[in-house]
Amino acid sequence: MSLTTGPAAHAAAVDKSPEPGAPPRRGRRSLNRHNLTGWLFSTPFLVLFGLFMLFPIVATLLMSFTDFGARHVTRPLEAEFVGLDNYTKLFQDDTFLKALFNTAYFVVVGVPATIVLGLLAAILLNNGIDRARTFFRIGFYAPVVTTIVAVAIVWRFVLDPSDGLITSLASEVGLSAPDFLGSETWAMPSLIAMAVWRNLGTVMVLCIAGLQAIPTEVREAARLDGAGAWQELRRITVPLLRPTLLYATVITSIGYLNVFEEPFVMTQGGPSDSTLTVSLDMYREGFNFFHMGYASAMAYVLFVVIMGITVLQLRLLKDNTR
Amino acid sequence: MTAETAVKAPRPRRTGRVRKPLLYTVASVGLLVMAAPFLWMALSAFKTRQDLTASPPVWIPTTWTLDNFSALLDQLDMPRYFLNSLIVAVLVTVSNLLFCSMLGYALAKLDFSGRSKVFGLVLAALMVPGNLMILPLYVLMNGMGLIDTYAGLVLPFAAGAFGVFLMRQFMLQVPDELLEAARIDGAGEWYIFWRIVLPLVKPALATLTIFAFLGSWNNFIWPLIATNDPDKYTLPVALATFANDPNRTVAGGNGMLMAGSLLVVLPVLLVFAVLQRHFTQGIATAGIK
Repeated sequence: MSLTTGPAAHAAAVDKSPEPGAPPRRGRRSLNRHNLTGWLFSTPFLVLFGLFMLFPIVATLLMSFTDFGARHVTRPLEAEFVGLDNYTKLFQDDTFLKALFNTAYFVVVGVPATIVLGLLAAILLNNGIDRARTFFRIGFYAPVVTTIVAVAIVWRFVLDPSDGLITSLASEVGLSAPDFLGSETWAMPSLIAMAVWRNLGTVMVLCIAGLQAIPTEVREAARLDGAGAWQELRRITVPLLRPTLLYATVITSIGYLNVFEEPFVMTQGGPSDSTLTVSLDMYREGFNFFHMGYASAMAYVLFVVIMGITVLQLRLLKDNTR
Repeated sequence: MTAETAVKAPRPRRTGRVRKPLLYTVASVGLLVMAAPFLWMALSAFKTRQDLTASPPVWIPTTWTLDNFSALLDQLDMPRYFLNSLIVAVLVTVSNLLFCSMLGYALAKLDFSGRSKVFGLVLAALMVPGNLMILPLYVLMNGMGLIDTYAGLVLPFAAGAFGVFLMRQFMLQVPDELLEAARIDGAGEWYIFWRIVLPLVKPALATLTIFAFLGSWNNFIWPLIATNDPDKYTLPVALATFANDPNRTVAGGNGMLMAGSLLVVLPVLLVFAVLQRHFTQGIATAGIK
């Protein structure tokens, strides 16, 4: 069970080797000569994978077709089959539809902002400056590795209308700041701002790796031809970074589709459900009200969306690398 | 890009004298924005109640105090949560190191039927958002009697697909001749794996250690669900519970929360600053083709 929001998700990039690391075959004798050992070495992972990944995926699907509730936690087999009821209810549930809308809002605004700022940070720290690069990179990447709960708590105070950091800065120049987390208009943008601040470091690191793969000759040639900075960005950097940017877009989208901790800690979904995300709604339905069958249907809707995006990504990446 | 290029461009860009300071200014402002919440947290942790509620707010504490920390330790059993987080993170790390490198070795260096299927499974596992599948996981763990136990907190994360992927990538670089020679000398597969291959992939083990440890340290949604007994809370769960507690006195509570956040984040930042090379290495290795 890996959370797709962490750096672990980076490994999801397409693997180029056509056949998984096969040692050169020396005749037929060497084929599958390590059968037993190979399976033995695979066993621990496979057992854990089966129990904590495969089983939950299948069980969530099964649960979503039942009236699974609090009393079934200890007697799961007594849950009644209700067909597609949970799914039909889901799409008539105003709260869920709002959560769906909020999550889409988070993705549509948050992803482009994260990608653009991450790319700009990468260009700045890779091509723009040459001294103290590591120092800058550590600073920009630090929010990614810090504990999100702690960081979300800090942001609550940064945004606090009475004694927060933003209010303090605003009052310095004689302005007043809104009550960010207390207003339906500002709460979601505030959460997005925090997510962007937190995740642009991931995009930056990926883009720096991509930038370093661009031969300097290409840039030199462009400059000799009199390309300006903007043209270089548009005609060289972005096209050559396309696979990287696409990959970064997808993992960021997946992370934002799953967004849970920020609204949980900062707003608890409020004010009046304006920051309720699908993950948070699922948590509430499942663990506060114990409507587990219903919550499972929610989980599956999101799961299908995420898998769809992932498959799309693989297609696009394959086309790109040809 | 260095300013001194071998070929002098006919229309050289305004590099050096004009552009560089500007770029450094932009980078520094960016860094300040990135660091501001951390600075605010670190400074607020040492503020008195007057400073915390001052309007307009003060950046630097007028009087530095440790009251927030002592109040926090009075109200919350921080050492216990710290220990819980540490135990879980260590167990998760050790099991990942062992199981991921075992499978990584099998995928990289052992011919066996079904290898490509297993590898396909690993790649698929990378893409599944596991946090969506926690409902039956809770039921399963509850049935196994593992709620409020370390086992319940560790097992779902005991072998991550990312670790397998990482170990396989590194182990592919170990020359086959070396292993063949050892096999001819009569060494068993376990000996080869343990004594020859693992020492050769120490950098990968370091990278995996960091990722597994921090992943566990920062993990929130599962520990939130898998613990009911406050004695088993991990740091983030304890902190979030305290932050969302309606009975918390706001002003004093804010300072305590800042102190608590600082205690949770500080170890992470220190580890990261010291070992950041392994981070970028891990991302670069596993990330882009």
